[in-house]
Amino acid sequence: MEQKTKINAEEGKQELFIIREFDLPLELLFKAYQEPDLVEQWMGTKVLKLENKKHGSYAFETSRNGKVVFSANGVIHEFIHAKKIIRTFEMDNAEIGVQLEILNFEKLTDQTSKLTMQVIYQSVQHRAIQLKMPFEYGINTAHNHLQEMMSNLK
Amino acid sequence: MKIRRDVFQAIADPTRRTILLLLASQTMTAGAIAANFDVARPTVSNHIKILTECELLKQEQLGREIYYQLNPEKMKAVDNFLEPFRKMWDDRFNKLEAVMKSKIHERKKR
Repeated sequence: MEQKTKINAEEGKQELFIIREFDLPLELLFKAYQEPDLVEQWMGTKVLKLENKKHGSYAFETSRNGKVVFSANGVIHEFIHAKKIIRTFEMDNAEIGVQLEILNFEKLTDQTSKLTMQVIYQSVQHRAIQLKMPFEYGINTAHNHLQEMMSNLK
Repeated sequence: MKIRRDVFQAIADPTRRTILLLLASQTMTAGAIAANFDVARPTVSNHIKILTECELLKQEQLGREIYYQLNPEKMKAVDNFLEPFRKMWDDRFNKLEAVMKSKIHERKKR
């Protein structure tokens, strides 16, 4: 199957592009970013605040068993309906630092649309940390799985 | 057509990641690696073959046994790879698409 999401991260740069074509009309794609209850559903996080306007701000938080496992926030620099969102993004207690995100929404056909997300990091090193995170998570998951398997054998 | 083996593909599989983890601190024979898994031995052998083909593992013949070890140079190349990051976004966007499609259906029902 063709991969629907593409990541373009040039060597030695402190930015990357996340590009995805959706089987959704542009209005619906944008709505998924606009309405807090929809953001909650697809991001899998609680939306504490989402002010979709120029100079607004937002905050997300995810808890598991009463413990906060993920929290992030940012300010919205630009918000143009069905066209563009420019915002900062910062995850609390992470070493990635603050990022600048430029989201471009485009209509392809009546039923399809495209999102191009440009993410700019503080430095090349900050981008490298971000890219490594899901890999380490994968390794840890594999490790935990291995430990579970081993303890089941005992 | 022969499918090209690359490190990203090799590492996308949880069993293969576990094999790499097992070999992080020791060299092992195929039999010793397989003993760590519930799946059939040929399945594990195939995973080892894929990892060897993309040079993440090196073989060393000692007497009658073949021992496997990590190839640190290739592992370094993996250090910077994008696939898990891409996969994370792909999963997230698939969810977005599914959530919004269910909204279309809800609207049609009304």
